[in-house]
Amino acid sequence: MKKTIAIVLAAVMAFAILPLLAACNNANTVNLLNWGDYLDPELIDAFKQQTGYTVKETNVTSNEEMLIQLDQDDCPYDMCIPSDYAVERLIAKGRLAEIDYNNIPNIKYIDKDLLEKCEVFDPGNKYSVPYTWGILGIMYNTKLVDEADLGSWDLLWNEKYAGQIYMYNSIRDSMAAALIKCGYDINTDNEAEINEAADALIELKNKNIVQAWLTDDVKDNMVNEDGAIALVYSGDAVWSMNTEDGGNADLSFFVPEEGSNIYFDNIVIPVNSKKKDIAEQFINFLLDPENAAKNTEFIGYSSPNTEVAELIDEFFTGNPAYNLTDEEKARCEIFRDLGDKIEMYEKAWDRVFK
Amino acid sequence: MKRVRLSYPYVFVWMPIFIIAPMLFVLYYALFRDGHFTFEFVKQVFADTTYLGAFWNSLWIALATTAICLLIGYPVSYILSNMKKRTAALVSLLFILPMWMNMLLRTLAWKIILAKWGQLYTPGAVLIATIYDFLPFMILPIYTTLMKLDKSHIEAARDLGANGVQTFLRVVLPQSIPGIISGVTMVFVPAMSTFAISTMLGGGEVVLLGQKIEEKFLSGSPGVIGVGSTLAIVLIILVIISMIIMNKVEKNNGTEGGTLW
Repeated sequence: MKKTIAIVLAAVMAFAILPLLAACNNANTVNLLNWGDYLDPELIDAFKQQTGYTVKETNVTSNEEMLIQLDQDDCPYDMCIPSDYAVERLIAKGRLAEIDYNNIPNIKYIDKDLLEKCEVFDPGNKYSVPYTWGILGIMYNTKLVDEADLGSWDLLWNEKYAGQIYMYNSIRDSMAAALIKCGYDINTDNEAEINEAADALIELKNKNIVQAWLTDDVKDNMVNEDGAIALVYSGDAVWSMNTEDGGNADLSFFVPEEGSNIYFDNIVIPVNSKKKDIAEQFINFLLDPENAAKNTEFIGYSSPNTEVAELIDEFFTGNPAYNLTDEEKARCEIFRDLGDKIEMYEKAWDRVFK
Repeated sequence: MKRVRLSYPYVFVWMPIFIIAPMLFVLYYALFRDGHFTFEFVKQVFADTTYLGAFWNSLWIALATTAICLLIGYPVSYILSNMKKRTAALVSLLFILPMWMNMLLRTLAWKIILAKWGQLYTPGAVLIATIYDFLPFMILPIYTTLMKLDKSHIEAARDLGANGVQTFLRVVLPQSIPGIISGVTMVFVPAMSTFAISTMLGGGEVVLLGQKIEEKFLSGSPGVIGVGSTLAIVLIILVIISMIIMNKVEKNNGTEGGTLW
């Protein structure tokens, strides 16, 4: 018996070591740390055919996991696609390499207006290239929600729809909705304002207005019409509305008039990457209008590429969650890295979820 | 070669790297901030009632799961142990079969069923799925001890005039206590720290200690990880206390331990 246990343990240990071996890679491979389903795999094949280089993808589900991975000196990744505030933190920590735009001529296709917005977290656009962007807003079912009730964040607090509303189980996002509803900035570090926003969320719980606080399940539940209203990112709304991908045509989306959060997922190169030139070659490849269009149809998130709108399916260009207007953009703000001040948000959130 | 040597890799390599070191890290994060010793996080966890709700939810879900698993699991194991060997093997396979499937998939299946019943995002939903997931861990150890039970003891009891109930209470039950204790430990301890099921089926209405810990660790900010670490330590202490109680019960029954399966 003991022998068996020892053998089993030895086997388990051998498996534990495997990932370490996988990190040793050959010269023709670049490693990309990415979100799941966030790059058309056919583009990886096409890149390999064109250049001979292999892009190996590793998936994570949160910016925090990306931050942990990229905060190591022996980080094995050559590219990563974190969101705005994570890029800001990585720059502050000196974890990113400056991008050589001589290797990325296709940067000319990126919307100047969006590049300017990115300067909030990456001054001079030195370290990051926009990959996708979107806005936090409200998705609703046109059959179940009165048009007269639309337009404001108040919809999420509307008791008429009690039990049919989904909130996002994520601190910054749900707090952003509450902060704006209360008339405050989404990056506030004023404790009284944060507490007032938390009280607004507690009201949602106490009055049973919210059916559930979820993450990815929101999309499925909205498609199945288990609920009528949800706090979502525009990219997720596009996915939920795409009937070709199992979506629901009765869903729609709006950006509340009080303003909201605009987010960017940008490609960055970790400072210790030894294959920076290949990474830049791949970034340039992704910015090519044809490739960007193909990728956009796969992901469904808004593309910062100015040429893409001409090339993609009408479903996207006619979709209120994909085709976000300049006026909507102007109303929105980017999440800033709050550093230690996030603790105030955590404490307030703990009051909501006791 | 002495068999003891086979355990060396486990004792000297595996345990320090994968069990002791992580625990020390957690302890460090709970008591230090930026390299300085602090009781800040401990105070924050114990100062107010914020985490009492999550603690209480975890405790009652774990206790209820254990009790119900025992109520269902014991009779099932008893029936299994009285079946013909081949039938018993087949039926017990049916209980193990769901375990071959990924736990998240099973929980996802429950999500659909519970939504049909209108019970999704309630404490009951979390409880039902937890019981379902942990039931095999109760049945198997009890079944194993009952299998090993010497049938001649039962015959002797019957010969000496004990009726069915007496035989069960005075012969079968006392001898199966090691199995019950293994089962209770294997259900209670993981049920106490589970978080995936309540995340998927609780919808924010039922928040468990495990969820709070996960949330704190994923935030990535040192001040928040400190709180998560302190909560993790509290959970470890609770688990140790429950193990001690379980051990006491086992010793008091005068039976030999070590029959996990």
